[in-house]
Amino acid sequence: MATPGPETVRTGGNTTCVEVTANGSRVILDAGTGLRPLGLELAKDGPQKINICLTHLHLDHIEGLGFFAPFYDPDCEVALWGPPSSVRTLKERVSRYLSAPLFPVEVAQMPARVTFLDAPDGPWEIDGLRLQAHPVSHPGTTFGYRIESDGVALAFIPDHEPALGLKLESLTSDWISGFPVADGATLLLHDSQYTEEEYPGRIGWGHSSISQTVTFAAKAGAEATLLFHHDPVHTDDDLDAHCERAQELWQGDGPPPELAREGMEITL
Amino acid sequence: MEQSVRQRRQKSLVLILAREFASNLATPIYIADADERLVYFNEPAEQIAGRSFAETGEIPIREWAEMLAPQATDGQPLQREQTPGGIAFAVRRPAHGSLCITGLDGKRREIATTAFPLFGPDEEFHGIMVIFWEQA
Repeated sequence: MATPGPETVRTGGNTTCVEVTANGSRVILDAGTGLRPLGLELAKDGPQKINICLTHLHLDHIEGLGFFAPFYDPDCEVALWGPPSSVRTLKERVSRYLSAPLFPVEVAQMPARVTFLDAPDGPWEIDGLRLQAHPVSHPGTTFGYRIESDGVALAFIPDHEPALGLKLESLTSDWISGFPVADGATLLLHDSQYTEEEYPGRIGWGHSSISQTVTFAAKAGAEATLLFHHDPVHTDDDLDAHCERAQELWQGDGPPPELAREGMEITL
Repeated sequence: MEQSVRQRRQKSLVLILAREFASNLATPIYIADADERLVYFNEPAEQIAGRSFAETGEIPIREWAEMLAPQATDGQPLQREQTPGGIAFAVRRPAHGSLCITGLDGKRREIATTAFPLFGPDEEFHGIMVIFWEQA
Protein backbone atom coordinates (compact mmCIF):
# COMPACT_ATOMS: atom_id res chain seq x y z
CA MET A 1 0.00 0.00 0.00
CA ALA A 2 0.99 3.65 -0.37
CA THR A 3 3.04 5.00 2.52
CA PRO A 4 3.44 8.76 2.22
CA GLY A 5 4.76 10.52 5.27
CA PRO A 6 7.80 11.90 7.03
CA GLU A 7 9.47 8.48 7.24
CA THR A 8 9.48 7.95 3.47
CA VAL A 9 10.29 11.43 2.22
CA ARG A 10 13.61 10.42 0.64
CA THR A 11 12.41 7.20 -1.01
CA GLY A 12 8.79 8.06 -1.70
CA GLY A 13 5.54 6.43 -0.70
CA ASN A 14 3.54 5.86 -3.89
CA THR A 15 2.92 2.35 -5.16
CA THR A 16 4.29 0.97 -8.42
CA CYS A 17 4.20 3.02 -11.60
CA VAL A 18 7.04 3.48 -14.08
CA GLU A 19 7.00 5.58 -17.25
CA VAL A 20 9.19 4.38 -20.13
CA THR A 21 9.85 6.68 -23.06
CA ALA A 22 11.99 6.22 -26.16
CA ASN A 23 12.08 8.18 -29.42
CA GLY A 24 8.79 9.86 -28.65
CA SER A 25 7.05 6.61 -27.70
CA ARG A 26 5.69 5.93 -24.24
CA VAL A 27 4.63 2.88 -22.23
CA ILE A 28 3.51 3.01 -18.61
CA LEU A 29 4.29 0.00 -16.44
CA ASP A 30 1.74 -0.68 -13.71
CA ALA A 31 -0.87 1.68 -12.34
CA GLY A 32 -0.22 2.07 -8.64
CA THR A 33 -0.81 5.35 -6.88
CA GLY A 34 2.17 6.80 -8.73
CA LEU A 35 -0.08 6.87 -11.81
CA ARG A 36 -2.04 9.80 -10.37
CA PRO A 37 0.74 12.42 -10.53
CA LEU A 38 1.92 10.99 -13.87
CA GLY A 39 -1.60 11.40 -15.25
CA LEU A 40 -1.64 15.05 -14.25
CA GLU A 41 1.57 15.59 -16.19
CA LEU A 42 0.30 13.73 -19.24
CA ALA A 43 -2.98 15.66 -19.19
CA LYS A 44 -1.01 18.83 -19.95
CA ASP A 45 -0.18 17.34 -23.38
CA GLY A 46 -3.82 17.10 -24.39
CA PRO A 47 -5.40 14.33 -26.49
CA GLN A 48 -3.20 11.27 -26.94
CA LYS A 49 -3.10 7.49 -26.97
CA ILE A 50 -1.60 5.95 -23.87
CA ASN A 51 -0.55 2.35 -23.28
CA ILE A 52 -0.44 0.93 -19.74
CA CYS A 53 0.98 -2.56 -19.16
CA LEU A 54 -0.11 -4.20 -15.93
CA THR A 55 2.09 -6.89 -14.40
CA HIS A 56 -0.85 -8.17 -12.36
CA LEU A 57 -4.00 -6.96 -10.70
CA HIS A 58 -3.10 -6.76 -7.04
CA LEU A 59 -4.50 -3.52 -5.73
CA ASP A 60 -1.19 -1.75 -5.20
CA HIS A 61 -0.55 -2.11 -8.95
CA ILE A 62 -3.93 -0.85 -10.19
CA GLU A 63 -5.31 1.54 -7.59
CA GLY A 64 -4.07 4.57 -9.50
CA LEU A 65 -6.40 3.83 -12.41
CA GLY A 66 -9.43 5.52 -10.92
CA PHE A 67 -7.47 8.75 -10.50
CA PHE A 68 -5.76 8.77 -13.90
CA ALA A 69 -6.62 12.14 -15.47
CA PRO A 70 -6.54 10.98 -19.13
CA PHE A 71 -9.42 8.59 -18.36
CA TYR A 72 -11.60 11.66 -17.91
CA ASP A 73 -10.57 13.28 -21.20
CA PRO A 74 -12.97 12.30 -24.02
CA ASP A 75 -10.23 12.91 -26.58
CA CYS A 76 -7.84 10.43 -25.00
CA GLU A 77 -7.45 6.73 -25.79
CA VAL A 78 -6.06 4.37 -23.18
CA ALA A 79 -5.04 0.77 -23.90
CA LEU A 80 -4.69 -1.40 -20.84
CA TRP A 81 -2.61 -4.55 -21.32
CA GLY A 82 -2.51 -7.32 -18.77
CA PRO A 83 -2.24 -11.01 -17.98
CA PRO A 84 -4.89 -13.28 -19.48
CA SER A 85 -7.41 -15.37 -17.64
CA SER A 86 -9.45 -18.32 -18.84
CA VAL A 87 -12.26 -17.28 -16.51
CA ARG A 88 -12.77 -13.52 -16.89
CA THR A 89 -11.67 -10.85 -19.33
CA LEU A 90 -9.19 -8.19 -18.26
CA LYS A 91 -12.01 -5.65 -18.36
CA GLU A 92 -14.13 -7.77 -16.03
CA ARG A 93 -11.27 -8.22 -13.59
CA VAL A 94 -10.24 -4.54 -13.52
CA SER A 95 -13.90 -3.57 -13.23
CA ARG A 96 -14.09 -5.40 -9.91
CA TYR A 97 -12.16 -2.39 -8.56
CA LEU A 98 -13.59 0.30 -10.84
CA SER A 99 -17.20 -0.30 -9.82
CA ALA A 100 -19.48 0.00 -6.83
CA PRO A 101 -18.96 -0.37 -3.93
CA LEU A 102 -15.20 0.08 -4.34
CA PHE A 103 -15.19 3.05 -6.73
CA PRO A 104 -17.84 5.58 -7.74
CA VAL A 105 -16.99 5.68 -11.46
CA GLU A 106 -17.54 2.66 -13.68
CA VAL A 107 -15.26 2.00 -16.65
CA ALA A 108 -18.20 2.56 -18.98
CA GLN A 109 -18.67 6.02 -17.50
CA MET A 110 -15.13 7.15 -18.20
CA PRO A 111 -15.12 9.66 -21.04
CA ALA A 112 -11.91 8.37 -22.64
CA ARG A 113 -11.91 5.45 -25.07
CA VAL A 114 -10.53 2.59 -22.96
CA THR A 115 -9.60 -0.77 -24.42
CA PHE A 116 -8.55 -3.88 -22.52
CA LEU A 117 -6.07 -6.26 -24.13
CA ASP A 118 -4.44 -9.51 -23.08
CA ALA A 119 -0.67 -9.17 -23.40
CA PRO A 120 0.23 -11.51 -26.26
CA ASP A 121 2.29 -14.64 -25.99
CA GLY A 122 5.45 -13.56 -27.76
CA PRO A 123 6.97 -10.18 -28.62
CA TRP A 124 4.84 -7.30 -29.78
CA GLU A 125 5.39 -3.63 -30.58
CA ILE A 126 3.92 -0.47 -29.17
CA ASP A 127 4.93 2.59 -31.18
CA GLY A 128 8.28 1.11 -32.08
CA LEU A 129 9.03 -0.25 -28.61
CA ARG A 130 9.46 -4.01 -28.55
CA LEU A 131 7.77 -5.67 -25.58
CA GLN A 132 7.66 -9.16 -24.16
CA ALA A 133 5.56 -10.39 -21.26
CA HIS A 134 6.62 -13.50 -19.37
CA PRO A 135 4.77 -15.17 -16.47
CA VAL A 136 6.73 -14.94 -13.23
CA SER A 137 6.42 -16.56 -9.83
CA HIS A 138 3.97 -14.52 -7.74
CA PRO A 139 0.49 -15.37 -6.38
CA GLY A 140 -2.01 -15.11 -9.22
CA THR A 141 -1.13 -14.69 -12.88
CA THR A 142 1.71 -12.18 -12.94
CA PHE A 143 3.97 -10.91 -15.69
CA GLY A 144 7.43 -9.48 -15.90
CA TYR A 145 7.88 -7.11 -18.84
CA ARG A 146 10.92 -6.64 -21.03
CA ILE A 147 11.06 -3.52 -23.20
CA GLU A 148 13.70 -3.11 -25.89
CA SER A 149 14.61 -0.15 -28.03
CA ASP A 150 17.76 0.83 -29.90
CA GLY A 151 19.80 -1.97 -28.40
CA VAL A 152 18.91 -1.37 -24.75
CA ALA A 153 16.60 -3.50 -22.65
CA LEU A 154 14.60 -2.65 -19.54
CA ALA A 155 13.45 -5.57 -17.36
CA PHE A 156 10.53 -4.87 -15.03
CA ILE A 157 9.69 -7.51 -12.41
CA PRO A 158 8.28 -5.61 -9.45
CA ASP A 159 6.60 -8.57 -7.74
CA HIS A 160 8.58 -11.78 -7.88
CA GLU A 161 9.61 -14.72 -5.75
CA PRO A 162 11.95 -16.75 -7.99
CA ALA A 163 13.43 -18.63 -5.03
CA LEU A 164 10.15 -20.06 -3.74
CA GLY A 165 10.95 -23.46 -2.32
CA LEU A 166 14.34 -23.67 -4.01
CA LYS A 167 17.87 -22.37 -3.68
CA LEU A 168 18.27 -19.90 -6.49
CA GLU A 169 22.02 -20.46 -6.54
CA SER A 170 21.53 -24.12 -7.44
CA LEU A 171 19.24 -23.50 -10.42
CA THR A 172 20.28 -23.34 -14.04
CA SER A 173 18.88 -20.41 -15.97
CA ASP A 174 16.24 -22.43 -17.79
CA TRP A 175 14.60 -23.20 -14.43
CA ILE A 176 14.63 -19.65 -13.06
CA SER A 177 11.34 -17.79 -13.11
CA GLY A 178 11.75 -14.45 -14.85
CA PHE A 179 15.11 -15.22 -16.43
CA PRO A 180 14.02 -14.43 -20.00
CA VAL A 181 12.80 -11.02 -18.83
CA ALA A 182 16.06 -10.08 -17.14
CA ASP A 183 18.64 -11.90 -19.27
CA GLY A 184 21.40 -9.39 -19.96
CA ALA A 185 19.09 -6.43 -19.41
CA THR A 186 20.57 -2.96 -19.45
CA LEU A 187 18.52 -2.15 -16.35
CA LEU A 188 16.57 -4.50 -14.10
CA LEU A 189 13.89 -3.25 -11.72
CA HIS A 190 13.29 -6.14 -9.34
CA ASP A 191 11.33 -6.93 -6.22
CA SER A 192 13.49 -6.64 -3.12
CA GLN A 193 10.85 -6.28 -0.44
CA TYR A 194 12.30 -8.22 2.48
CA THR A 195 15.44 -8.34 4.53
CA GLU A 196 17.07 -11.73 4.88
CA GLU A 197 15.69 -11.88 8.43
CA GLU A 198 12.12 -11.08 7.35
CA TYR A 199 11.87 -13.53 4.45
CA PRO A 200 11.61 -16.86 6.37
CA GLY A 201 8.35 -15.61 7.89
CA ARG A 202 6.99 -14.59 4.48
CA ILE A 203 7.78 -17.53 2.24
CA GLY A 204 5.16 -17.85 -0.47
CA TRP A 205 4.01 -14.26 -0.17
CA GLY A 206 5.38 -13.60 -3.63
CA HIS A 207 8.32 -11.32 -2.88
CA SER A 208 12.07 -11.63 -2.63
CA SER A 209 14.63 -11.11 0.06
CA ILE A 210 17.49 -8.76 -0.69
CA SER A 211 19.91 -11.68 -1.08
CA GLN A 212 17.60 -13.42 -3.55
CA THR A 213 17.33 -10.22 -5.57
CA VAL A 214 21.08 -9.90 -5.73
CA THR A 215 21.48 -13.54 -6.74
CA PHE A 216 18.81 -13.24 -9.41
CA ALA A 217 20.34 -10.09 -10.87
CA ALA A 218 23.79 -11.64 -10.96
CA LYS A 219 22.54 -14.84 -12.57
CA ALA A 220 20.62 -12.86 -15.17
CA GLY A 221 23.67 -10.75 -15.95
CA ALA A 222 21.75 -7.50 -15.64
CA GLU A 223 24.06 -4.57 -16.31
CA ALA A 224 22.41 -2.48 -13.60
CA THR A 225 19.80 -3.23 -10.95
CA LEU A 226 17.35 -1.08 -9.04
CA LEU A 227 15.92 -2.47 -5.82
CA PHE A 228 12.18 -2.12 -6.18
CA HIS A 229 8.84 -2.68 -4.42
CA HIS A 230 9.74 -1.50 -0.95
CA ASP A 231 7.91 -2.92 2.02
CA PRO A 232 5.32 -0.51 3.47
CA VAL A 233 6.80 -0.88 6.94
CA HIS A 234 10.29 0.10 5.86
CA THR A 235 11.37 3.67 6.51
CA ASP A 236 13.92 5.67 4.54
CA ASP A 237 16.60 4.63 7.03
CA ASP A 238 15.57 0.97 6.72
CA LEU A 239 15.78 1.20 2.95
CA ASP A 240 19.19 2.83 3.03
CA ALA A 241 20.40 -0.07 5.16
CA HIS A 242 18.67 -2.47 2.75
CA CYS A 243 20.61 -0.99 -0.13
CA GLU A 244 23.88 -1.15 1.78
CA ARG A 245 23.26 -4.84 2.41
CA ALA A 246 22.61 -5.43 -1.28
CA GLN A 247 25.87 -3.73 -2.13
CA GLU A 248 27.71 -5.88 0.42
CA LEU A 249 26.28 -9.01 -1.17
CA TRP A 250 26.90 -7.97 -4.75
CA GLN A 251 29.46 -10.10 -6.51
CA GLY A 252 28.21 -9.80 -10.06
CA ASP A 253 29.77 -7.92 -12.91
CA GLY A 254 29.01 -4.23 -13.20
CA PRO A 255 27.88 -1.71 -10.61
CA PRO A 256 26.14 -2.86 -7.41
CA PRO A 257 22.37 -2.43 -7.04
CA GLU A 258 20.88 0.94 -6.20
CA LEU A 259 17.65 1.80 -4.42
CA ALA A 260 14.71 2.89 -6.53
CA ARG A 261 13.36 6.25 -5.36
CA GLU A 262 10.24 8.07 -6.40
CA GLY A 263 10.82 10.55 -9.18
CA MET A 264 14.03 8.96 -10.43
CA GLU A 265 14.73 9.59 -14.08
CA ILE A 266 17.18 7.25 -15.73
CA THR A 267 18.49 7.43 -19.27
CA LEU A 268 19.70 4.13 -20.76
CA MET B 1 24.71 -35.25 -26.18
CA GLU B 2 23.90 -33.19 -23.09
CA GLN B 3 22.57 -29.80 -23.98
CA SER B 4 24.32 -26.77 -22.59
CA VAL B 5 22.13 -24.66 -20.33
CA ARG B 6 21.92 -21.96 -22.99
CA GLN B 7 20.62 -24.49 -25.52
CA ARG B 8 17.86 -25.75 -23.26
CA ARG B 9 14.44 -24.31 -23.78
CA GLN B 10 13.34 -21.98 -20.96
CA LYS B 11 10.87 -23.81 -18.77
CA SER B 12 7.40 -22.34 -18.48
CA LEU B 13 6.32 -20.94 -15.13
CA VAL B 14 3.88 -23.84 -14.80
CA LEU B 15 6.74 -26.35 -15.00
CA ILE B 16 8.90 -24.26 -12.67
CA LEU B 17 6.16 -24.21 -10.06
CA ALA B 18 5.47 -27.92 -10.60
CA ARG B 19 9.13 -28.71 -9.95
CA GLU B 20 9.15 -26.50 -6.86
CA PHE B 21 6.10 -28.36 -5.58
CA ALA B 22 7.50 -31.80 -6.38
CA SER B 23 10.88 -31.00 -4.84
CA ASN B 24 9.21 -30.26 -1.52
CA LEU B 25 7.14 -33.44 -1.30
CA ALA B 26 7.84 -36.92 -0.01
CA THR B 27 5.57 -38.32 -2.73
CA PRO B 28 7.42 -39.68 -5.79
CA ILE B 29 6.71 -37.45 -8.78
CA TYR B 30 8.00 -36.99 -12.29
CA ILE B 31 7.27 -34.18 -14.68
CA ALA B 32 7.33 -34.13 -18.47
CA ASP B 33 6.99 -31.08 -20.68
CA ALA B 34 4.76 -30.50 -23.70
CA ASP B 35 7.53 -31.76 -25.99
CA GLU B 36 7.37 -35.14 -24.24
CA ARG B 37 10.65 -34.72 -22.48
CA LEU B 38 11.21 -35.88 -18.92
CA VAL B 39 12.31 -32.68 -17.23
CA TYR B 40 12.39 -33.64 -13.56
CA PHE B 41 11.79 -36.32 -10.97
CA ASN B 42 12.16 -35.80 -7.26
CA GLU B 43 14.25 -37.66 -4.67
CA PRO B 44 11.47 -40.00 -3.55
CA ALA B 45 11.00 -40.97 -7.20
CA GLU B 46 14.70 -41.78 -7.43
CA GLN B 47 14.16 -44.55 -4.90
CA ILE B 48 11.65 -46.23 -7.19
CA ALA B 49 13.37 -45.41 -10.47
CA GLY B 50 16.64 -46.72 -9.12
CA ARG B 51 18.64 -43.76 -10.41
CA SER B 52 18.92 -40.08 -9.58
CA PHE B 53 17.69 -37.34 -11.88
CA ALA B 54 21.20 -35.92 -11.91
CA GLU B 55 22.33 -39.18 -13.53
CA THR B 56 19.44 -39.43 -15.93
CA GLY B 57 19.12 -35.80 -16.99
CA GLU B 58 16.42 -34.57 -19.35
CA ILE B 59 15.53 -37.30 -21.84
CA PRO B 60 12.63 -38.05 -24.17
CA ILE B 61 9.79 -39.54 -22.16
CA ARG B 62 9.64 -42.50 -24.51
CA GLU B 63 13.24 -43.32 -23.62
CA TRP B 64 12.36 -43.06 -19.91
CA ALA B 65 9.40 -45.38 -20.43
CA GLU B 66 11.58 -47.91 -22.29
CA MET B 67 14.12 -47.82 -19.47
CA LEU B 68 11.47 -48.72 -16.92
CA ALA B 69 9.91 -51.45 -19.12
CA PRO B 70 6.33 -51.00 -17.89
CA GLN B 71 4.14 -54.08 -17.68
CA ALA B 72 0.56 -54.72 -16.66
CA THR B 73 0.23 -56.41 -13.32
CA ASP B 74 -0.28 -59.71 -15.18
CA GLY B 75 3.12 -59.32 -16.78
CA GLN B 76 1.98 -58.22 -20.25
CA PRO B 77 4.12 -55.40 -21.68
CA LEU B 78 2.51 -51.96 -21.78
CA GLN B 79 3.00 -49.42 -24.50
CA ARG B 80 3.59 -45.86 -23.37
CA GLU B 81 0.11 -44.91 -24.61
CA GLN B 82 -1.45 -47.48 -22.27
CA THR B 83 0.12 -46.03 -19.12
CA PRO B 84 -1.55 -43.30 -17.08
CA GLY B 85 1.23 -40.89 -18.09
CA GLY B 86 0.74 -41.72 -21.74
CA ILE B 87 -3.02 -41.28 -21.48
CA ALA B 88 -2.68 -37.93 -19.69
CA PHE B 89 -0.37 -36.73 -22.42
CA ALA B 90 -2.30 -38.02 -25.40
CA VAL B 91 -5.85 -37.37 -24.24
CA ARG B 92 -5.12 -34.42 -21.94
CA ARG B 93 -7.09 -35.82 -19.05
CA PRO B 94 -6.19 -37.36 -15.66
CA ALA B 95 -5.60 -41.09 -15.53
CA HIS B 96 -4.84 -43.65 -12.84
CA GLY B 97 -3.66 -47.21 -12.86
CA SER B 98 -1.43 -49.91 -11.40
CA LEU B 99 1.48 -51.40 -13.31
CA CYS B 100 4.88 -52.92 -12.85
CA ILE B 101 8.20 -51.37 -13.73
CA THR B 102 11.76 -52.55 -13.58
CA GLY B 103 13.75 -49.81 -11.90
CA LEU B 104 17.06 -48.80 -13.31
CA ASP B 105 18.58 -50.69 -10.39
CA GLY B 106 17.16 -53.88 -11.88
CA LYS B 107 14.48 -54.31 -9.23
CA ARG B 108 10.92 -55.02 -10.38
CA ARG B 109 8.26 -53.05 -8.56
CA GLU B 110 4.46 -52.85 -8.63
CA ILE B 111 3.40 -49.23 -8.56
CA ALA B 112 0.20 -47.21 -8.62
CA THR B 113 0.33 -44.04 -10.65
CA THR B 114 -1.86 -40.98 -11.13
CA ALA B 115 -1.11 -38.63 -13.99
CA PHE B 116 -2.69 -35.32 -14.91
CA PRO B 117 -2.10 -32.70 -17.56
CA LEU B 118 -0.80 -29.23 -16.65
CA PHE B 119 -2.68 -26.34 -18.22
CA GLY B 120 -1.72 -22.70 -17.59
CA PRO B 121 -4.13 -19.78 -17.02
CA ASP B 122 -4.24 -19.26 -20.77
CA GLU B 123 -5.27 -22.91 -21.16
CA GLU B 124 -2.00 -23.73 -22.86
CA PHE B 125 -0.77 -27.28 -22.32
CA HIS B 126 2.59 -27.36 -20.53
CA GLY B 127 3.11 -31.05 -19.85
CA ILE B 128 2.11 -33.65 -17.30
CA MET B 129 2.74 -34.43 -13.66
CA VAL B 130 2.81 -38.07 -12.59
CA ILE B 131 2.56 -39.23 -8.98
CA PHE B 132 3.54 -42.81 -8.36
CA TRP B 133 4.14 -44.99 -5.37
CA GLU B 134 5.20 -48.49 -4.71
CA GLN B 135 2.48 -50.87 -3.67
CA ALA B 136 3.29 -53.43 -1.03
